[in-house]
Amino acid sequence: MTDSGIPIREGVWARWRGRVDPATLAAFACILVLLFAGSLYSQSFLSPEYLLQQLKVASFLGIIATGMMIVILLGQIDLSAPWAIAMGGMMSASATAWGPAGPWIAIPFGVGCGAALGLVNGFGVAYLRIPSMIVTLAVNAVAQGLMVVHTGGFSPQDSASPAMRFIATGDVVFGLPNALIVWGVIGGGATLLLSRTTFGRAVYAIGNRERAAYLSGIDPQRVVLIAFALSGALSAFAGVLLAGYASKAAQAMGDPYLLPAIAAVVLGGASILGGRGNYLGTVAGVILVTLLQSILSVMQIPEAGRQIAYGSVIIVMLLFYGRGAAIRG
Amino acid sequence: MDGPAPLFRMEGVSKSYGGVRALDQADLTISAGRVHAILGENGAGKSTLIKVMAGVVAPDGGRMTMEGRDVAFATPAAAQAAGIACIFQELSLVPELSVADNILINRPPKRFGLIDRRRQRQMAEAALARAGATDIHPRTPVKDLPLSRRQMVEIAKALARDPRILILDEATSALTAADVERVLTLLRRLRDEGLALAYISHRMHEIAEISDDCTIFRNGRNVATYLAGTKSHDEVVELMIGREYRHVFPPKPAPRRQGGPPRLELRGLSWTNRLKDISLTASAGEIVGLGGLDGQGQRELLLALFGALTGLTGEIRIEGTPVGIGSPRQAKGKRLGMALIPEDRKTEGLMLPMSVGQNLSFAALDDHARFGIIDRSGEARAIKEAIDALSIKVAKVAMPVASLSGGNQQKVVIGKWLMTAPRIILLNDPTRGIDVGTKQEIYGLLRRLADADAAIVFYSTDYAELIGCCDRVLVLYDGRVKRTLVGDEITEKALIASALNLDFGGAPAERAPERAS
Amino acid sequence: MREWRFWLAENRSTLAAFAIFIAMFWIYVGNHPAGFTANVVQTAANKGVLLALVAMAQTMVVITAGIDLSVGMTFVLCNCLASQLLAGDAWRTGVGLVLVLAAGAACGAVNGLLVIFGRLQPIVATIASGAIYFGLALWLRPDPGGASDFNSDFADLFTGKLWGKIPASLVTLAAVALVVWFPFSRSAIGRTAYAVGSSELSAYMSGAPVRAAKFLVYTLAGLLAGLGGVFLTFLTYSGEASAANGGTYTLYSIAAVVLGGVSLFGGSGSAIGAIFGALAFRAIGDLLFVFDIEPLWQPLFQGMVLLASVSIGATRLIGVRNRLDLFG
Repeated sequence: MTDSGIPIREGVWARWRGRVDPATLAAFACILVLLFAGSLYSQSFLSPEYLLQQLKVASFLGIIATGMMIVILLGQIDLSAPWAIAMGGMMSASATAWGPAGPWIAIPFGVGCGAALGLVNGFGVAYLRIPSMIVTLAVNAVAQGLMVVHTGGFSPQDSASPAMRFIATGDVVFGLPNALIVWGVIGGGATLLLSRTTFGRAVYAIGNRERAAYLSGIDPQRVVLIAFALSGALSAFAGVLLAGYASKAAQAMGDPYLLPAIAAVVLGGASILGGRGNYLGTVAGVILVTLLQSILSVMQIPEAGRQIAYGSVIIVMLLFYGRGAAIRG
Repeated sequence: MDGPAPLFRMEGVSKSYGGVRALDQADLTISAGRVHAILGENGAGKSTLIKVMAGVVAPDGGRMTMEGRDVAFATPAAAQAAGIACIFQELSLVPELSVADNILINRPPKRFGLIDRRRQRQMAEAALARAGATDIHPRTPVKDLPLSRRQMVEIAKALARDPRILILDEATSALTAADVERVLTLLRRLRDEGLALAYISHRMHEIAEISDDCTIFRNGRNVATYLAGTKSHDEVVELMIGREYRHVFPPKPAPRRQGGPPRLELRGLSWTNRLKDISLTASAGEIVGLGGLDGQGQRELLLALFGALTGLTGEIRIEGTPVGIGSPRQAKGKRLGMALIPEDRKTEGLMLPMSVGQNLSFAALDDHARFGIIDRSGEARAIKEAIDALSIKVAKVAMPVASLSGGNQQKVVIGKWLMTAPRIILLNDPTRGIDVGTKQEIYGLLRRLADADAAIVFYSTDYAELIGCCDRVLVLYDGRVKRTLVGDEITEKALIASALNLDFGGAPAERAPERAS
Repeated sequence: MREWRFWLAENRSTLAAFAIFIAMFWIYVGNHPAGFTANVVQTAANKGVLLALVAMAQTMVVITAGIDLSVGMTFVLCNCLASQLLAGDAWRTGVGLVLVLAAGAACGAVNGLLVIFGRLQPIVATIASGAIYFGLALWLRPDPGGASDFNSDFADLFTGKLWGKIPASLVTLAAVALVVWFPFSRSAIGRTAYAVGSSELSAYMSGAPVRAAKFLVYTLAGLLAGLGGVFLTFLTYSGEASAANGGTYTLYSIAAVVLGGVSLFGGSGSAIGAIFGALAFRAIGDLLFVFDIEPLWQPLFQGMVLLASVSIGATRLIGVRNRLDLFG
């Protein structure tokens, strides 16, 4: 009775929540639709080799999307992913060449660089209260600047360490690509983190209502700081793997991954405003985006058509289940 | 009730929300040149009544007439066009825009298609002058104004539309005593100019001062309409609440013998210009009340105790030891053992989209986790205990807490904090907007918690609650403790008098400049 | 005089952006080997105006607390369109110009519809629509180039100098600000846009035309971004569907907007400030050239300046005594 005079009408999907997030279901359904559509074009779309290859490619995006998801759950965004990725790739490759200990510290060092970047992001967002969009944008520019200086403006020449190459390209366990297993492990960790730990609970609480979370006695600033550090570390780790995949890093190697990562998280049912979403949905979103890009490329659709299709599909799916509430009188 | 012909009449108007009957064959008559006060408990239907009048919601049945002609309002704009202006409890001001921009936000004066700023300024100044708020500069951004000034701008905004009927829904809730006086004077002037005024308030003294006619609503019905002054206070309260008035509150025990230092003690606590030299004690087993008008520092005091404010001077002692409380996290900790049930459960107490269970366990989550990993079964047990202990009506624990009724939502907030086994419990107006049944449960709960050795500090805007629940009451005025009332001294008269900065006898305590007439 | 103080407070962020720009430009011109000559100013202006137009576009949307991540792609699309349509005789060129600008406005309008009726969040809706606009650009111009009968004389009108001294691009920019921004910011619907960014619910309850305001800002954003694309065509006589370029302009427009004092939370700021922010941002890049610092360090320098300038906003936290105010 003391509510304001404007009742808010929830979107249709939001009203029925049940046990499984309808958005996740929709995402998986779209994957099936895509596979079906692809199989009409060519039978090989349903072959195990192709599917496995897709999953391997998806792994890189998946690792990046994991970090992005945590940040989005908080109601923030991480636009520094492109150069966190590049930094991870370049610094780990460079570290490989640093004496006998090089190959051992390459991967941790690369990841550490990303984590440091993430800490700067987190500090700006959590303690300086600067909108994440602009902080991560600026940090992205700084990271780019650092890498340009580091490589002297040339393409990075350093080779990836054997370990990097192994993880990215090998397939040790039952023929499953190592990269996929790594994603699986990271994904499992992320799922546990979000659903079973106090940290994860705090992330959802902050994304829903930071003020109430603060007054309930948690430290929102610390959580945000850690989340951004994680996102930076994961992006850098993906960069390490990408460098391993190609045997070396490349300028702007992270650029193609930013928008797909955001799209994957959102298509998986997470709300860009924060507080809502589960990891399974992000997995579905990643696979969906990867499949979409792959199918468009295999169908020999020129890049122009691919872009249009890519954007249109995202919009259509969002209209289906990503709509906000209406303000009615 | 002879007088001018009625300007506006509502007959048999009903409105239901889902299964809840907000208005049940409601009647109301408003006449020009008279102030009509509308009283009733929270949930009695006053707000819905106003929303129907203002065109914000459409009634399910009944008819409304204006000057004898049938009217129906599909939108707020339609009601405004008919000459009805409403000042809601939630203000409708845009913070980044200036006062003048806000007053004339809809249909501003134009020249060559662009806003005529000079003319707009003149109109805004006229509206502000009419509202008696000439101290507000029209170019001031609204966000720079304190809440009391904003409420005056809201009033000016309503007046700028030159209404024939002006409705005020708790319009004085945030105003200082001086402003309240000015507004009441303004309302008298408007009444004399021929406006019809509808005035919703739960402040009996204001109503006594200003109204000509009164109507009491209970359960969505008009239970009484009478000339102001023709019913006694007790009669009014009984009509508002019903028979059970005398038996709402649990009995108070005799004051304990206190050995050792009090559980909570403040000495000379000050903060910016909102808290001035506040000293209070709360012992284990005691329920200490905070009284006074809204905005006298009660909210800030509770936030200060809970660690949300910086720049405090003075001393806070817990069990005799001076402490510094740096954050709610620290306040919640085992060493301090505090809990705060905040003012607005929807934005400060709950994460609405999250489940009932997750909200309940949130504050005490660390107790059910090892190395950060949650023990699900332990958590589930604790949640079930809380639901049972507080009789929270919820179909499934996994449902979003937004789906619960207001009373049950508040129980979730309380339950969340009870899980931390607090030794000091702070409550900021916990029964606002709650149904009578839940209120009673909360009163009983507070007393049981006190008996179980907690110290409770409890701010309420409801005099009956302060009288019925508290062992002692500190009335705040302008950030200071104006008066402390103990036991039988806690009466409505004393509470009101202290709240208005009057001496107990009724004479002004100090001649503050703004009260000079 | 109290009125002065109010004006100062209302325009504080824009004035700050102006000051930053003046400082940057002063240093730039002061240290440029050729000094304060018309040619130096012209080159700088031509590049700056490009970003300024896109920054104006972004401002429109940011005022309503939205964001448009497709402005860079609209920019690229209209660049490609213009390279094809601004050709032939004056009549055809004129028609072509109108068509290109209409296309830009259409892009913006689509964004507006997605946000208003689709109720999609601006950030994701414009990411997706940006991909579509880029696809269209790529389809139009798979390879960089221009129409064989491209009307370069027309283009030169806008990139040359007036009376041998004043860059025509700046005059165009001023004209655009006068014709588009000035009426918008003083209209009732423009004010509604600010209200929407500040408190959409209050704007709605007060009866202000919320939907119309949102639609207008997105459409105008598309129009201005399209105008930027046309201007690029004036400079290069050709169109290029470069995703990198589009992405850069989008992100730089956000930086320019923030430097220009427009709040990303909506409700305050001015496109004039964004113009200065854009010019200042460009000037920073050019400063390194002037000081003979290796181009290698330019990206880092630009990034650090950006980071520092957005951190300045954190100084508002210093006086905060109620920590609850920090949390939304």
